[in-house]
Amino acid sequence: MRLAVSALILAASLAVWAAPVAAEVARPVIAVAPDQGSCLAPPEEMRRRHMDMLKHQRDRTLRDGERGARISLNGCIACHAGKESGSVAASRQDFCESCHAYVAVKLDCFECHQPKSGGLATGEKP
Amino acid sequence: MSAGHKPPLPARRALLAGGAAAALSVALAPGIRLIEIASGNEAPTLASSKVRWGMLIDATRCSADCDACVTACNQENHLPTAAAPTDPQWLRKVSLKDLKTGRSLSVPVMCQHCAKPACVDVCPTGASFKRADGIVLVDRHICIGCRYCMMACPYKARSFVHAPVTDQNPQVPRGKGCVEGCTLCVHRLDRGQLPACVEACPNQAMLFGDLNDPDSAISQRLRAIATTQARADLGLDTGVRYHGI
Repeated sequence: MRLAVSALILAASLAVWAAPVAAEVARPVIAVAPDQGSCLAPPEEMRRRHMDMLKHQRDRTLRDGERGARISLNGCIACHAGKESGSVAASRQDFCESCHAYVAVKLDCFECHQPKSGGLATGEKP
Repeated sequence: MSAGHKPPLPARRALLAGGAAAALSVALAPGIRLIEIASGNEAPTLASSKVRWGMLIDATRCSADCDACVTACNQENHLPTAAAPTDPQWLRKVSLKDLKTGRSLSVPVMCQHCAKPACVDVCPTGASFKRADGIVLVDRHICIGCRYCMMACPYKARSFVHAPVTDQNPQVPRGKGCVEGCTLCVHRLDRGQLPACVEACPNQAMLFGDLNDPDSAISQRLRAIATTQARADLGLDTGVRYHGI
């Protein structure tokens, strides 16, 4: 009996695997930033390493007080914020959210950080 | 934390400044190379232990009906205006009255930026920490929101963020589930500006400066007048001092 059930499950899973994908997951929308020259690294490297860069720099900024570093989340947002939303994470069309939704990696940065560009500079009152 | 938190050694800086930098494309961490740091940020100013930031609050100049410092703090850090009991409060006005003499006074109270902070002692993750220049901060990246520091702080200086936050100042990230408190406007300080409360005080009751520099205005004033630390008996060596309490 158990063997029969296992065989059935195997057959079913193979059928799903073999069937053509009916509704493919939408590919991420990657809007090209207006100023490509000022990016930290080529796109291939940024895609693989941006999290390491940000994680390394966040400790230097917060704990050592290093300001104005080349690696900067606000710097990323300034270039990559969506034209319509003004944000990098407001919708599936926005730069960060687009890829993170596609690869199903939870994007925690913007639970604390401001995802919109054009934020007030230091010292300005809202 | 890791060795990455230590300021770069002088020898490494000298090496970077010289022409040898071009030959060194050693990877510090994946994607980050010495050469990139050298070209992108030539002389980062780091928090230094030569400086100890402090504040002197003059209770004789602080008026009871003024809350300019509280408003400035809320505006600068995009805090809610303490409408609900659970709203975070980094800076608050405290009124005191001596029942025997009838003398009353009002002073702002915030994180006292202790040299021996109880919040740092009790933090189970290392999120609560003291910067080299004496500013006590919360690293929200590793804060788990246990609120142990809130229990330990004798000044009730820390708040827990209960509700989701969406309108942060880009320079002041803050969000639900973390503990937070006065940062002495560290984002302004690192750019050479005064904390928002000090700048906003119309009565010049708040004096900010370097306690380690004997020639700074705050050190001179501390030498000249009688000042005290709040709960000095605890021996925490606070960075915020009071006159006239």
